[in-house]
Amino acid sequence: MSKTIETLDDVVIRFAGDSGDGMQLTGTQFTNTTALVGNDLSTLPDYPAEIRAPAGTLFGVSSFQLHFSSWDILTPGDHPDVLVAMNPAALKVHLKDLKKGGVIVANIDAFDDKNLGLAGYEGNPLKDDSLASYQLIEVPITKLTLNALQGSGLSQKEMVRCKNFFALGLMYWMYSRPIEPTADWIKEKFGKEPQIAEANDKALKAGYYYGESTEAFGARFEVKPAQLKPGLYRNITGNEAVALGVVAAAQKAKLPLYYASYPITPASDILHNLSGYKNYNVKTYQAEDEIAAAGAAVGAAYAGSLAVSGTSGPGAALKSETISLAIMLELPLVIVDVQRGGPSTGLPTKTEQSDLMFVTYGRHGEAPAVVIAASTPADCFHMAFEAARLAVKYMTPVYLLTDGYLGNGSEPWLVPDAKDLPEIPVHFRTDPENFHPYARNENNVRPWALPGTPGLEHRIGGLEKANITGNVSYDPDNHDFMVHLRAEKVKGIEKDIPLQEVYGEQSGELLVVSWGGTFGSVRSTVERMRKNGYKISHAHLRYLNPFPRNLGEVLKKFKTVFVPEINLGQLAKLLKAEYLVPVVQFNKVRGLPIRSAELEQAIKDALGGAK
Amino acid sequence: MTTSNGNGDTQTKKYTAKDFASDQDVRWCPGCGDYSILAQVQRILPELDTPKEKHVFISGIGCSSRFPYYMNAYGVHGIHGRAPAIASGVKTANPDLTVWVASGDGDALSIGGNHLIHSLRRNIGLKILMFNNRIYGLTKGQYSPTSELGKKTKSTPFGTIDYPFNPVQIALGAEGTFVARCLDRDPKHLQQVLLRAARHKGTAFIEIYQNCNVFNDGAFLLLTEKDTKPDNVLYLEHGKPLVFGKENDKGVRVDGFKPEIVSLKDGKYTVNDLLVYDEKSFEMATVLATFSDRAGFPTPIGVFFQTERKSYEEMMTEQIQAVTKKRGEGSLDKLLKSGNTWVVSAN
Repeated sequence: MSKTIETLDDVVIRFAGDSGDGMQLTGTQFTNTTALVGNDLSTLPDYPAEIRAPAGTLFGVSSFQLHFSSWDILTPGDHPDVLVAMNPAALKVHLKDLKKGGVIVANIDAFDDKNLGLAGYEGNPLKDDSLASYQLIEVPITKLTLNALQGSGLSQKEMVRCKNFFALGLMYWMYSRPIEPTADWIKEKFGKEPQIAEANDKALKAGYYYGESTEAFGARFEVKPAQLKPGLYRNITGNEAVALGVVAAAQKAKLPLYYASYPITPASDILHNLSGYKNYNVKTYQAEDEIAAAGAAVGAAYAGSLAVSGTSGPGAALKSETISLAIMLELPLVIVDVQRGGPSTGLPTKTEQSDLMFVTYGRHGEAPAVVIAASTPADCFHMAFEAARLAVKYMTPVYLLTDGYLGNGSEPWLVPDAKDLPEIPVHFRTDPENFHPYARNENNVRPWALPGTPGLEHRIGGLEKANITGNVSYDPDNHDFMVHLRAEKVKGIEKDIPLQEVYGEQSGELLVVSWGGTFGSVRSTVERMRKNGYKISHAHLRYLNPFPRNLGEVLKKFKTVFVPEINLGQLAKLLKAEYLVPVVQFNKVRGLPIRSAELEQAIKDALGGAK
Repeated sequence: MTTSNGNGDTQTKKYTAKDFASDQDVRWCPGCGDYSILAQVQRILPELDTPKEKHVFISGIGCSSRFPYYMNAYGVHGIHGRAPAIASGVKTANPDLTVWVASGDGDALSIGGNHLIHSLRRNIGLKILMFNNRIYGLTKGQYSPTSELGKKTKSTPFGTIDYPFNPVQIALGAEGTFVARCLDRDPKHLQQVLLRAARHKGTAFIEIYQNCNVFNDGAFLLLTEKDTKPDNVLYLEHGKPLVFGKENDKGVRVDGFKPEIVSLKDGKYTVNDLLVYDEKSFEMATVLATFSDRAGFPTPIGVFFQTERKSYEEMMTEQIQAVTKKRGEGSLDKLLKSGNTWVVSAN
């Protein structure tokens, strides 16, 4: 039986269920398959901090949103077109985001009295007409999965666990995706448990054929491949991209890579990835705490490695004293802060632009460090590479800010050829003639002199350094001089970073200025508004300290500077302080990416009716 | 010193203690026990085959932590308590270096306690010298985690209510593979133990009783003065019976697990009844470690425990070699292009 295939430009699907239902896996599989068929895509995983929150509860709901299209997209989408709800709690939590008229695929087997009660429903929303404005598709996913797995030899519990593959298979049918990539993945993943592999495979296929054979679905859809730039692509998360970026930088600098870290959500995947790259001249060190991780990284940098330490907000706080030391020692160090909701433990699994002020100023004394930020998951590769380049060239700590959304979210990445990546020149001092640990080159950079080098024995430390000799100095004028010198060194890096680019007119009514992980939602909003006749422009910052040297001029060419952030205005404060320009702020701190529709309204308000 | 002349031949130059003295003025208080420790370290380094440039001294904060500035070697004066963390990074990044940690009782056991126990547990090849003066010197006289209960200090005018740590017990409990105690005022013995520590693979921990003549003068007087030392110090020597006393007239014997001090003068016991020290015995070390806290018992000085265990950096290197052998040296291009990839072709 064949059904009509309707062609769509883009679709946003959200899979939602219990945190034990395998929604992240389902979403990831759908993403990988979607990438393989050539759509552009953007993802937003969203999961609770608890590993297995009590089943059926609202706070235990885990979801994975995927936006895929036949054109170049920048965000995981504001509002899903389709919500796959594995239980009442998932429906309750996510229904408010679903587009009016959107599709709900509900696992009716989970809508029993107990689960309805846990989700706080008084009646069954599938039975009353509360969902009348949506297209409700009721599927007995659990029962159909069990039917398909009769005789598999698995326990009831094990069979039920396969239901996410049924749902995945059904969605593959609905959106005309091949099931083979996931079938192959199952074989590989569960190779040692053939029974489980076979059951998952059966559930996947049962879901697919259910779509084919049932009357419940009037139509199926397809989304044609996107017109992406030619080349080799892979789907990549920000955390994977950071790991690859620092490996690439280390190889291009001909340095061993040393990654010291303490597990912390949402940064741990960087450690997981790098610990698998042992044959790439990579050492990973899981320290006893965040402080020790930073300390070991400083030690490794001193000994001549490209030293990197990844963390998130609370860990960045613990590392700050050690980073002050690295600033005094003037050693290269990359600190990756995968930002999450704060303060304190805050929202560990949610995103926030929480730490810009903290990494810029959160150290005692005048302690300047370089701060850069990635704008998309794939951009994490380039910015990690850039962080390493700046660190070794300028012998300085460099913070790379990403966030939970970038770290866990994914997009297709046009993979560069290794040979096309630039070399990172590194010079270790070996000549004892006229060696002074704190003598400097034309960029105010001191030499990197490794222990083990004959004739260069010297001592460095956290006490103030005498200029040139590096000996301990309490001299007031020397301290004043060194404080200025360290600041000038970091400020001087502005000569070595790109000028700020502006998307749209170079002057005019309104400039939207954003940084970091909000790139996608801000750029797509500005694009859309420009198509609708609004004369607005966009400047997205990837360099936060120092700022690009033309940024002041750029800002002054616009009547209104509009700064949307997922915080209470950290970039806004920096811009006001640095350039004395008035700034209009838009701040939503929900632990989620900025919604395009809300942003559009706020920009319209700022324009005050002007177009 | 061994240097290569480029033809594969090596030349050896003998260092002297002076070669390890830096050009900086030593700024400890006159009479401080730290001077002796510095001198003994500078004296033993020429005995090792290690070229000067391969020695790295890492410290934290405190009087003892000024140590690296006075050594003509590589050195980092770090931050409070973090010396073992920084040193662990140095040693694991380049296992070829000989990495020393100079620390004090506050630095190593209070603010840096976590790093100390974890470097011991991992058995990273660090030589940790913990100067124990049972007081905070650089902050001018507050009690430390090794100060005796009830001690009156600047921050405890009515006496401390903190029970102190026993550093040797901590080191043993943290799986230390070389655990020793020395006296600043017994330079010959200190030199011997330093040499052994330097040659030990894995973490070597030496607690060095060190007199702070300004804030805690005479803390170890009983152990260092000629008349009281023999009756209060028990030298641990591997394979030898535990004898001490002015006339070698006392000894340690055990009754089951219970140690006791016996006289060798009253004819009841002879040397043959005494415990023969075995530094390979963890059990013996843990019992002897309690002596310094027991009234009527002498304080053991020497190597409590020594065992061979693979170091962290050795295993790290082996693992990397094994993975590289199995998978081949990584190609960056292949790594970047791994995973599920697809090609978008030009239309």
